[in-house]
Amino acid sequence: MQKAHSLEKWEHKWGFRFISPWLIGFFIFYLLPIIVSFIFTFLDFSLSDVSKISFAGLKNWKRALFEDKEVLASVGRILLFSVINMPISMLFALSVALMLNSRYLLGKRFFRTFFYLPSIIPLVASVIIWQGVLNENTGWINLLIEKIFNVDATGSDGIRWLANPHLIYVTYTIIGLWGLGNTIIVFLAGLQGIPVELYEAAEIDGAGGWHSLFRITLPMITPVVFYNLVIGVIGLMQYFLVPYVINLGSGFPDGLTNFPMVYFFRQAFTYFNMGYGAVIAWLIFFLGLFFTALLFKTARHWVYYAGGDK
Amino acid sequence: MIADNVLVMRYAKKIAFTLAILLLLSVFLLPLAYGMSMSLKTLDQIAMGKVSVLPLAPKTWTYNGKDYKLYKVPINGQEKILAMVKKGRQKSVFMDPDNPNAGEIEWEGNWRGLDNVWAVYPQWENFKKAWDATKFPILLRNTAMYAVITTFAMVLSSLIVAYGFARFSFPGKNILFMVLISTIILPSAVTSIPTYTMFYFMGWVGTWLPVIIPTFFSNAYNVFLLRQFLMGIPREMDEAARIDGAGPVRTLFQIIAPQATSAIVAVSLFHFFFAWNDFFGPLIYLAGNADLYPISIGLTVFNNQYTSQPNLIQTATIIASIIPLVIFVFAQKVFMEKLIDTGVFK
Repeated sequence: MQKAHSLEKWEHKWGFRFISPWLIGFFIFYLLPIIVSFIFTFLDFSLSDVSKISFAGLKNWKRALFEDKEVLASVGRILLFSVINMPISMLFALSVALMLNSRYLLGKRFFRTFFYLPSIIPLVASVIIWQGVLNENTGWINLLIEKIFNVDATGSDGIRWLANPHLIYVTYTIIGLWGLGNTIIVFLAGLQGIPVELYEAAEIDGAGGWHSLFRITLPMITPVVFYNLVIGVIGLMQYFLVPYVINLGSGFPDGLTNFPMVYFFRQAFTYFNMGYGAVIAWLIFFLGLFFTALLFKTARHWVYYAGGDK
Repeated sequence: MIADNVLVMRYAKKIAFTLAILLLLSVFLLPLAYGMSMSLKTLDQIAMGKVSVLPLAPKTWTYNGKDYKLYKVPINGQEKILAMVKKGRQKSVFMDPDNPNAGEIEWEGNWRGLDNVWAVYPQWENFKKAWDATKFPILLRNTAMYAVITTFAMVLSSLIVAYGFARFSFPGKNILFMVLISTIILPSAVTSIPTYTMFYFMGWVGTWLPVIIPTFFSNAYNVFLLRQFLMGIPREMDEAARIDGAGPVRTLFQIIAPQATSAIVAVSLFHFFFAWNDFFGPLIYLAGNADLYPISIGLTVFNNQYTSQPNLIQTATIIASIIPLVIFVFAQKVFMEKLIDTGVFK
């Protein structure tokens, strides 16, 4: 009895010792900053003049929620962008995964490697490459459209992917397709987890390809669809790099690419308004949390777990 | 006979399907080909709107040690390929490369209306130009240093923490693990303002320390992935080592870590690619400090400064992508299998 007790103590001691790097890091880089960030929202505090820290009460919150129209507008923009981006990205990633998993595909490893490859290229580099391909004068996309559809697509009166306000979210979505390697792999992992017997049984019952897709494949991979949606929403709420690299944070004409994170960056790290920036940061967090919670709430209606557990 | 036909049909279907996917893949990778093609072009070709897959340059003819550009010149209703010796608005002087002894030929008209004779001529020197213009050795040194140090720190700390979570019981373990996982959904925006302020007052802003030091304290993704893997290694391994008198630290590094090599390699690769691409941290902490920039920031700056030279911009992006691409090609087997197998996504 005594021995068991000391063994337990020994385990506790070593357990805490081993996890201490994370515990310390959690306190310094997560817990403390979260608390301080919340306190900052009630301060007037600019790093460009640190002598002038003062208590602001609810001023920053009031400004962000009711006075500064840019905040609400940026939220609207990211919602509109998500509505365009999410279905296209998911459909693309799922289609590629289905193709890569098809029994008709020869040389699967080759294709998997090369569909993943653009995800390895530094994101800044891939944005710059796309900036070139989509250029109306020197890019290949418009040239290809011109050749295939026999229309005038190049030059200044052609399709201006990066300057047309009606196209800009589609353009960003297209650029985003290059970084979907992980999403594709997750779908692929899900597809490989479906028992082959299900398809064999369906085939014996005379089910065709489409029937199997809608009745077996899609229901069976709803958990990975759910995972990809959650990760996608979290990522979209923090969407920053593409608009920053293309416009250097100056925002698209009409501010169309002034997404919440872009606006946050400008307030916090261009103007050094730490108090107001902190409010926007919290709004970004709440926005992500709200949509993640919404996804979890709807999940029980459409996510199917073969094991029966939720 | 019927069976043969079925077999042939099945193969025909496979080949047709594979070819279709190959076509899709080539469209998908088209931008990469564009970048490479662009990186070998002259500014002339781009400026003249001569859009072509191949890098072209006006063909020249060398005469008495000087290079003259070749043009298609209409003379007496016939198009002749001549070298322009002297350009003029009303008339230009040409020579016939096939028959230089015939002497100078005068042609009336504006030379700007004439077409060049183009030849494939890859501009390999673009690579040297971009390399020098971006101060690439410095960018490369900074990025490599950052990637290597933080990969080491991250893998070591995450392995230690993962071992703690995988093998020891202690009060509050499940709650702490939940807290660890939930840090994944916290946007960096929330923590970055206080962290930035803290490092600002410590005098660390403008150095690499704010982005390197946190990696010594592990990270949720990597701990989660390694823990999943360590849970799969039989506990008897630990117990046998302990009976032989090894302490927990020795057990981890001499018994468990060698068993987990493939997961460690996978985490190392994940972090290495992450560090190579890292943007937000270096952007806020190194702003304005060009000698410390990593490739991702250097490339952004270059992109904004050299808008008039898109060929050099594309060359720089190709150079910046080469190292991760080469590592990926060599490690793709481990990488892809780990991505699918480790269970981190399930």
